[in-house]
Amino acid sequence: MPGSSSILRFANLKFAVFKPLLAALALLFVFAQPAAAQISFKPTAEAVQEDKLLNALKEGDKITGRVSIPDRTAANLIQPAGRDWRDFQRSKLPWIGGISILGMLAVLAIFLMVRGRIRVHQGFSGKTMLRFASFERFTHWLTASCFIILALSGLNVSFGRTLILPLFGPDAFATMSAWAKLAHNYLAFPFMLGLAIMFLIWIKDNIPGKLDWEWLKQGGGLLSDDKHPPAKRFNAGQKGIFWIVIIGGVLMSVSGWFLLFPYLPGNVTALQFWTVIHAVIAMLFIAAMLAHIYIGSIGMEGAFDAMGTGEVDLNWAKEHHAIWVKEQQAKGEAPSDGTARAVPAE
Amino acid sequence: MARVKFLCDADRCIECNACVTACKNEHEVPWGINRRRVVTINDGKPGERSVSMACMHCTDAPCAAVCPVSCFYTTADGVVLHSKDLCIGCGYCFYACPFGAPQYPKVGNFGSRGKMDKCTYCAGGPEADSTPAEYAKYGANRLAEGKLPICAEMCSTKSLLAGDGAIIAEIYKERVMKRGYGSGMWGWKTAYSDSPTG
Ligand code: HEM
Ligand code: SF4
Ligand code: SF4
Repeated sequence: MPGSSSILRFANLKFAVFKPLLAALALLFVFAQPAAAQISFKPTAEAVQEDKLLNALKEGDKITGRVSIPDRTAANLIQPAGRDWRDFQRSKLPWIGGISILGMLAVLAIFLMVRGRIRVHQGFSGKTMLRFASFERFTHWLTASCFIILALSGLNVSFGRTLILPLFGPDAFATMSAWAKLAHNYLAFPFMLGLAIMFLIWIKDNIPGKLDWEWLKQGGGLLSDDKHPPAKRFNAGQKGIFWIVIIGGVLMSVSGWFLLFPYLPGNVTALQFWTVIHAVIAMLFIAAMLAHIYIGSIGMEGAFDAMGTGEVDLNWAKEHHAIWVKEQQAKGEAPSDGTARAVPAE
Repeated sequence: MARVKFLCDADRCIECNACVTACKNEHEVPWGINRRRVVTINDGKPGERSVSMACMHCTDAPCAAVCPVSCFYTTADGVVLHSKDLCIGCGYCFYACPFGAPQYPKVGNFGSRGKMDKCTYCAGGPEADSTPAEYAKYGANRLAEGKLPICAEMCSTKSLLAGDGAIIAEIYKERVMKRGYGSGMWGWKTAYSDSPTG
């Protein structure tokens, strides 16, 4: 067929023209290839070096790459910060916790021995006035009971293996810790609720003012029974406790939240950071609450009633919250002075 | 006794993932958990290297140091193992591990992660050796049978080495001398605190 032969001929012609060109190209390729490879790629010099990557890492950084499995976190190859976190948990945290908690207990014991209980100087009057309404007391005890369990179960995470494991043995201790962990994880929510309500109902009485400065200058009357600087509903010391609880509680909640939902921060370095915050604030917070518990119970006569029955003795109130008593009396919400029963004279 | 270790010669790894697959199969590792994985550094760039990584069975293991129930133990061979009966699934070992080895069967909040799982160096767990109970929780116990971990045994290029730490380090050094280059003993500094014999 003429058609097909002409096509063949055309193809031949084309090949004849291109042949030297192709050969030249191929030659070029053969010669150029090793040369190019030598210039741009030396396995010796250019391979990634673990040493270099490790040395270039900033604190908390990690060597990462690509993986073919869906789990993205598996792409993190080496994250040396884990060792620093190990050292924090093992060597620093016991010191921080030991000094703040045992130190506070020691200070309180010495204070009790030296100063004794803070008495109601005038003696009890027998007349009482309402200090905390039932909803306030409910909120306080909701938060406080959660706090105590959170603190105990949290301390079990930090120090249980050193202090309790030898007493219980591995199996009983692991079972107990599993329950403690559940308690810690779920009681966090009523704790945060209580914290929020406390903030709302007590913030108005806890704004720092000029009076607090006076109170602090006089040492809060901690050192003598008969001299108490005047205070409104909350004195500077109580305002301090309020703000420690609010700020400490928020820090505990935020850091705890990330530990509770570990997929939020998403990377291990952030989780290490939040556990450090959680643990350090916890130790300081627990120490502060020990002081609060002390002064609200054995430390001060008549103080516990405020959160117990809600009713405090008029004389106690006058000594510690003189201005508040006057305000309440003016509103008719507190009994007036010196009627029903004689106050023992000095 | 020998101090056993893993060593990945990244200059030989071809990212075939045979070690990953062998491990999954040998131990019937649950879905979503990879006791071993291959990470490619500088992917697609000149000098790219792949490293097969699992638990390194660290000296002074960070996981063991932070576990609140202290459920880890180190065998006479230096293998770091743990008890799933004691584990409370708190996640602390995962925060401490420099190699991301500990993993959990559940992607849960509220600490509902389940019991931690990680590479056992094919050495099982605290249960009696090579029993069904041990297999169900930790997988096969090849060490008890005198065999090395399946991942290294399967490696076609002998990139992944397992065995006495001193011997595999020697093999690696000979290779580096002979071919003139080596990207390093990945993870050794971090796992064994700079001392290749530790
Ligand atoms: C304010 C009272 C609280 C105290 C005193 C407290 C104390 C502690 C302590 C001491 C630890 C162990 C830290 C360590 O050793 O690394 C811990 C762990 C933890 N805390 Fe708290 N915590 C409190 C509140 C919370 C809250 C509000 C949350 C959640 C929103 C939370 C969630 C966690 C979690 C998830 C852990 C990790 C261990 C586990 O899963 O049980 N905590 N806590
Ligand atoms: S690699 Fe991780 S899990 Fe393995 S021993 Fe070291 S810290 Fe523990
Ligand atoms: S997840 Fe289990 S093994 Fe890991 S630290 Fe917590 S209790 Fe220990």
